[in-house]
Amino acid sequence: MNIAHPPAPPSGPEPAPTLNALFWGFSWVGLSGFGGVLPFARRMLVDERRWMTAVDFNTQLGMCQFLPGPNVVNLAVVVGKRYQGLPGAIVAPLGLLTGPVLIVLLLALLYDHYGTLPQAQSVLRGVAAVGCGLLFAMAWRMGMAIREKALFWPFTLLTVSAIAFLRWPMPLVMIAGLLLSGGVAYWKLGRK
Amino acid sequence: MILITLFLEFVLLSFVAFGGATALLPELHRVVVDHHHWMDDTTFTHLYAIAQAAPGPNVLVVTLIGWEVAGLPGALAATLGMCLPMSVLIYLLMDRWERLSGQRWQQAISLGVAPLAVGLIFSGATLIAQAADFRLGAWLVVLATAFLNLRYKTLHPLWLIATGALLGLSGQL
Repeated sequence: MNIAHPPAPPSGPEPAPTLNALFWGFSWVGLSGFGGVLPFARRMLVDERRWMTAVDFNTQLGMCQFLPGPNVVNLAVVVGKRYQGLPGAIVAPLGLLTGPVLIVLLLALLYDHYGTLPQAQSVLRGVAAVGCGLLFAMAWRMGMAIREKALFWPFTLLTVSAIAFLRWPMPLVMIAGLLLSGGVAYWKLGRK
Repeated sequence: MILITLFLEFVLLSFVAFGGATALLPELHRVVVDHHHWMDDTTFTHLYAIAQAAPGPNVLVVTLIGWEVAGLPGALAATLGMCLPMSVLIYLLMDRWERLSGQRWQQAISLGVAPLAVGLIFSGATLIAQAADFRLGAWLVVLATAFLNLRYKTLHPLWLIATGALLGLSGQL
């Protein structure tokens, strides 16, 4: 992806960030993005504060995306542990989440008081429509990024049928889907 | 105890949240609206909209659901349930990752999970459309948003969200 990034400056490695720096660094990340903050995590960690190299970032992110759960929270744990051990692994995700959670809870308070007003309902309807469009766009982008589409798109179709139409429980669908789709991928990898 | 139920439901969900909280949307709806009847379709879409309009990681929709079900303790229980298990796992696993990564089964899972995540996110989109009972005007906004977001990559989604809010306020949707 980012193969041609400029070489690191000749200065020695940056000093390990303190707990304070971890907290505020990740706070900045958390408050920067709307509907996903991963690009901002990259900007802070790699470009601005240089806590990680680009290659390092991709490896660590690979692990965070491999495991389920909120990827960027996982990433905060990884970076926190790396520089400050257990305290860092607690402080970094806290920094990431505290600001956004406070804001969203404030909005929730407003919603509880004014959510029944017709104007509020109309606004939320408009935002939901945009959110829905963003989801379709994200699905499209991710779908187009899949290589060997003829082989793997059928699994997308199966997932949509099972989840959106049949409304089967997701844990079952994911286990079955991973066995099938992962099995095909395993077979494909063996043929190379 | 609703707090414990809430916490455990989200712990369970965190184990299948491949593709993050966004891919989890259909399952959140199934558990929260269809199964537990903690809220109706309208409230669910409203909470999703609020999470979209607020800064922060995608996981915030979980925080909002927890709030709606059981107030502040609910918000914390849901968020912790969602974040804690994988955080602990990754904390324990990260030093061994170098050895695991690149192996054939690991690559196979990464490749195999991608088409499923696409299906989950697509399902989430159709589900929001259904739950919000979109009419023609709203569908036009959906299509325009998807098109603009794909076509103009540097256009900040916040502009789209603000436009959507204004169009909504005008009562056209």
